[in-house]
Amino acid sequence: MKENDIRFAKLLLLVNAAVPAALLAWDAYHHRLGANPVNFAILTTGMSALTFLLLTLAVTPLRKITGLNWIILSRRTLGLYAFCYASLHFLIFFIFDRSLSISGTLSEMVKRQYLLMGITGLLVMVPLAITSTNAMIKRLGGKRWRALHRLVYVAAIAGVIHYYMQVKADVRQPLALAAALAILLGYRLMVYSRRPKPTPAATPAIKSKIAALSDSGK
Amino acid sequence: MRAGILAASAVATGTIYRHLNPVGKGKVNTPLIQGVSAPPVIVDASGFRVADGQTSLQDITHYNNFYEFSTDKEVVAPAAASFKTVGWQVSVEGLVRKPKVFDLDELLKISPPEERIYRMRCVEGWSMVIPWVGFSLFKLLEVVEPRNEAKYVAFETLLDPKRMPGQRSDVLIWPYVESLRMDEAMHPLTLLASGLYSRALPPQDGAPIRLVVPWKYGFKGIKSLVKIKLLALQPRTTWNEFAPHEYGFFANVNPRVDHPRWSQATEQRIGELGRRPTLMFNGYGEQVAHLYAGMDLRANF
Repeated sequence: MKENDIRFAKLLLLVNAAVPAALLAWDAYHHRLGANPVNFAILTTGMSALTFLLLTLAVTPLRKITGLNWIILSRRTLGLYAFCYASLHFLIFFIFDRSLSISGTLSEMVKRQYLLMGITGLLVMVPLAITSTNAMIKRLGGKRWRALHRLVYVAAIAGVIHYYMQVKADVRQPLALAAALAILLGYRLMVYSRRPKPTPAATPAIKSKIAALSDSGK
Repeated sequence: MRAGILAASAVATGTIYRHLNPVGKGKVNTPLIQGVSAPPVIVDASGFRVADGQTSLQDITHYNNFYEFSTDKEVVAPAAASFKTVGWQVSVEGLVRKPKVFDLDELLKISPPEERIYRMRCVEGWSMVIPWVGFSLFKLLEVVEPRNEAKYVAFETLLDPKRMPGQRSDVLIWPYVESLRMDEAMHPLTLLASGLYSRALPPQDGAPIRLVVPWKYGFKGIKSLVKIKLLALQPRTTWNEFAPHEYGFFANVNPRVDHPRWSQATEQRIGELGRRPTLMFNGYGEQVAHLYAGMDLRANF
């Protein structure tokens, strides 16, 4: 891909990812968020956060499967959008549902496991957003940066559980998100389990032992 | 060229967003109910007409919990739009001297329609103020003459997955069933509603006839009633059976007893910004608290 095309692809992503927020603001301004606008805004920003988290996690598998290496360039933008939507989600809850009461928000969080789960997911993303710049990647070094950014798995798992826990009865949507997340994490587990072993000499010895054990059992 | 691609992609994303996050809106054109007696709102000991500002017809009819059509409150109205109620009958049976299958018209003639302005508090933490049209359930029960052994009244919604598409999913056990203790059922506040805002009930609000029990969480107000049965023993009820630790049989509005997963201390009144405190028995304590005298409301939630 030409550099020009890559820049355009980045712009496409930047604009499209902002569309839900723009429409939400537009609809709010025109009083078109339905009967329960606060709830609607909390729900749509939360869904957007989860969607962008899953998209972020889909980049690496897609790149490896398709060989389109340039899509890695979208990962930071997707991750930052996930963080922005999650922050917006929390802010709307804090401002309109909790009426800006810090004590009211904290006491509610301690009592409700689904809120605890949600805030865990959001807080875990804070260091990831802070260390998302090129300068920070250089400062931390690739290895440490990658280790730190595995926290995104925690954020996604916490986010999906947070959604599942507050649904009253119809769990089809959270389960669909959980299934998508399971596939994305399962792919990584598979890759991890197939990685070249550091001590290949041990492997045949263990294999022959297992073979001997299963033979004697017959 | 690129500007075109950019615009088209944004429109596509916007369309997907709108599809995934529907907002309920639409018109209500059910027939007007003739002869509704609507005296001026005077707050009296009856609790029949509260002075709170009424929720708009638009919101009452486009923000509905009615899983028989959809589990999405904003989608119930369009999903129920084609629901027909011609030839509707309600069977009143069980421990009564005069069991009877009523045609809807016949049932509605038992007592003249009254306007009752009630608060409605959903167990999810939001509330409305609704001008219902109907009459007290006890007037129907008096017609069928309950026997002394009758201690509970069981209610049942229509079971017809063809007309109620939500019943094709197993999210709840169908048909929806609810129940009241006999004294609760005989309380004058307990309403058989056939309309709201002087119009026949739209399908999404429980057409053609439903129960309204204003001091209890909204899920006790069973919709699209086809059967009322008087019993000696407490029957199973849908939400209580679904999650017994979360939804009790009584389900009286109580700000001091939280749902295990969320607080019941405050509520989002639809049409208002910010939450307001929830009132004990939804503000109907004066009328109903005596029904529960001596009962542990924490254990019997």
